[in-house]
Amino acid sequence: MTRMIGLGAAALMASTSLASAETVRWARAGDSLTLDPHAQNEGPTHTLAHQIYEPLILRDMTGELQPALATDWAVSEEDPNVWVFNLRDGVTFHDGSEFTAEDVVFSFERAQSETSAMKELLNSIVEVRAVDDHTVEFVTDGPNPILPANFTNLFVMDKGWTEENGVTAVQDIAAGETTYAATHANGTGPYVLESREPDVRTVLTQNEDYWGQGEFPLDVTRIEYTPIQNAATRVAALLSGEVDFIQDVPTQDIARVEGTEGLTVKTAPQNRVIFFGMNSGAEDIEGDDVDGANPLADPRVRQAMNMAINRDAIRQVVMRGQSEPAGMIAPPFVNGWTEALDALPEGDLDQARALMDEAGYGDGFSIQLDCPNDRYVNDEAICQAVVGMLGQIGVNVNLNAQSKAQHFPLIQNKTTDFFMLGWGVPTYDSEYVFNFLVHTPTDDRGSWNATGYSNPEVDAMIESLASETDLDVRSQTVADIWDTVQDETLYLPVHNQVLNWGETDSIDYPSVDPDDQPMFKYFTID
Amino acid sequence: MTDPTHIPADPHEETPLAPSAHRPSRWRAVWDGDLAWSFRRSPVALVAALVVLVMVLGAALAPLIAPYTPFDPASLNLFNGITPPFTANEFTGDYFLFGTDDQGRDVLSTILYGLRISLFVGVMAVLFAMLLGITLGLLAGYAGGWTDTVIMRVADVQLTFPSILVALLIFGVARGIVPIEHRADMAIWVLILAIGLSDWVQFARVVRGATLVQKDREYVQAARLIGRSNGAIMFRHILPNVLSPVLVIATISLALAIIAEATLSFLGVGAPPTQPSLGTLIRIGQDFLFSGEWWILFFPAMTLLALALSVNLLGDWLRDALNPRLR
Repeated sequence: MTRMIGLGAAALMASTSLASAETVRWARAGDSLTLDPHAQNEGPTHTLAHQIYEPLILRDMTGELQPALATDWAVSEEDPNVWVFNLRDGVTFHDGSEFTAEDVVFSFERAQSETSAMKELLNSIVEVRAVDDHTVEFVTDGPNPILPANFTNLFVMDKGWTEENGVTAVQDIAAGETTYAATHANGTGPYVLESREPDVRTVLTQNEDYWGQGEFPLDVTRIEYTPIQNAATRVAALLSGEVDFIQDVPTQDIARVEGTEGLTVKTAPQNRVIFFGMNSGAEDIEGDDVDGANPLADPRVRQAMNMAINRDAIRQVVMRGQSEPAGMIAPPFVNGWTEALDALPEGDLDQARALMDEAGYGDGFSIQLDCPNDRYVNDEAICQAVVGMLGQIGVNVNLNAQSKAQHFPLIQNKTTDFFMLGWGVPTYDSEYVFNFLVHTPTDDRGSWNATGYSNPEVDAMIESLASETDLDVRSQTVADIWDTVQDETLYLPVHNQVLNWGETDSIDYPSVDPDDQPMFKYFTID
Repeated sequence: MTDPTHIPADPHEETPLAPSAHRPSRWRAVWDGDLAWSFRRSPVALVAALVVLVMVLGAALAPLIAPYTPFDPASLNLFNGITPPFTANEFTGDYFLFGTDDQGRDVLSTILYGLRISLFVGVMAVLFAMLLGITLGLLAGYAGGWTDTVIMRVADVQLTFPSILVALLIFGVARGIVPIEHRADMAIWVLILAIGLSDWVQFARVVRGATLVQKDREYVQAARLIGRSNGAIMFRHILPNVLSPVLVIATISLALAIIAEATLSFLGVGAPPTQPSLGTLIRIGQDFLFSGEWWILFFPAMTLLALALSVNLLGDWLRDALNPRLR
């Protein structure tokens, strides 16, 4: 209680000392899953972390790479396998300790460790070394021209702070662990964590010692973040002025919000594709009613399911036009995307039924579908619609829709046989997709690949991408991997999401971020 | 009903078709009785009974009379989604009296099927609460002493919690115990258990009070003298004499149980979307409140309102009709 009063008093002093205190009350469907910046590679988790922590390089709200904790970077002149990063001077963490190369080395090694969710992005790195206090070198296992693009969500922590609080190891979320770093934060970012109650409310106040003071607008001095899962409640909160900014205006309410005086909806295509994954690798699976066999292991069953999904109907009715149907699991933003790969499968029910028959499942089978209900736009409604569509080819689906905090561990622990997932590609390159979703699960790859798919040839091709310097050869390898993924019907793509940010008219920002990452330091307020 | 002592000598012998033709039927006796007289005189009770009857019939006959089978995925067409009421769908031309929800399910059919769940859960929960409450109430009143003290203190403690909280607690515990793949099948039974357990106190208190009055009456003493067992005295002799207030409470409890079920389902802990009750339908419809698709919420909500109101009015009428002092 005294701590609460202390915090309140501190907040009061902080807000009165500023000439114009501008609070943004921000809401979206789900909360960040943890404050430990390396424990979960998930959009909303990174979004909150971006306000508190900083990476070396940032992708700003227009999608451009910008220097953050690094001022410049280049491949070493002596060795093509080494990237040299020069770090920013005079940066301090929120607790006052100085930011040095040692913190960078520590953070990257932490992000490469066993329980880290970020290691897929760093698997080409052999060594991270501090040359001096403000220079860091990254040694890769071969020349890696696109390495810096992997760093945009890799946050730097204070080595001393993690040691004092016993959080040098990354929190193991899939095993249900919680740590000091999951509920406390000490970053270099523009906002300081004032209080946090997971799933209820998180309050951030501006960091007055931020290195970017004067460089960024920093109009927002205080952020109050409240997750509101229910769509109608979230819109009601915006309409009544209870919140100022929501990241996910429900598709059915866009017209209503736009028609309200003082409110705006901004729409932009998102760098995120929604799809279904299937466990095709196991001999037998638990969640079905077929004994001794796995219906999903038969490619004809997967093809039939792919055909049965009517993406146009989902777009028109469930999404009310707010989506772009997809035929592959990478959005058009991504290097490696082609129109031919993204072409929709033929939606022919008779052919799909014939395929089911051929595979020996003419009478159908039952299976459980795991689905989140607070992560993607209309996620549960899409799953329900797909239950109906698969029912038409005899696949009887039991829907298990639950919060993302329960849903994601199912995928990471590979304990689901049929699941919904959405994937954004912050590096804008197919390698990211392959590393997480196609490569056989190993120590540093395949952590989100719950399909059981394992193909040593494909694995070798994926591993070659990091050090391939000939861009033509690299593009060809990417295309070949995509062909295999498509031929195998490894995933059932649904659509690319469209973002709908809603806010009061006084709030403005450079653009709706294609990665759905609002960064409040760029926000301006009239 | 035929005479129980009448045993046809030959199975091929024709049984008399209409015994009522020869003597006043039970039906006639009830119709001429006080209760029926009061019923016929009360327009409110008549209308309420009619509404309840229509709903019970609609629920019972749902598979026969519902225009669509809303929860058979193979019969759904997503293009029928969000069709307004009283108009045909613009893509498919299908007609839906009360419109469709976002998945293309006919709202009228979902209401009919939802009523089945709501009524079933309500009736079963009240029966369960009655069974528990009457047994414990009789026991407390008849046995007295520490049995009475323990039972009634437990009842008092439970009365201090709102019943919806008790139901939520039971539901939460059950969710923890039941493995995830059985949750959908178990949900209805857990609801019945949760609502029934939160509702037994009313019955126990009333029955205990009435039992205390009855247990020193002459007929009970007589039964004791001829050596009848305590169980027989409680259930064969006292119980019939304490039942009329129980009937009133049961009716009002039914309305409350239906609402409790809707509340739990509205909070997302009750009937699952694959087997929706009225409460689940209202929860689904709530998402469309701001977008102008009022019918998805309106029709299930009005049905729940009409049902709960009618059952309540019937309960009120029954209380008045059975109370000799109000005649």
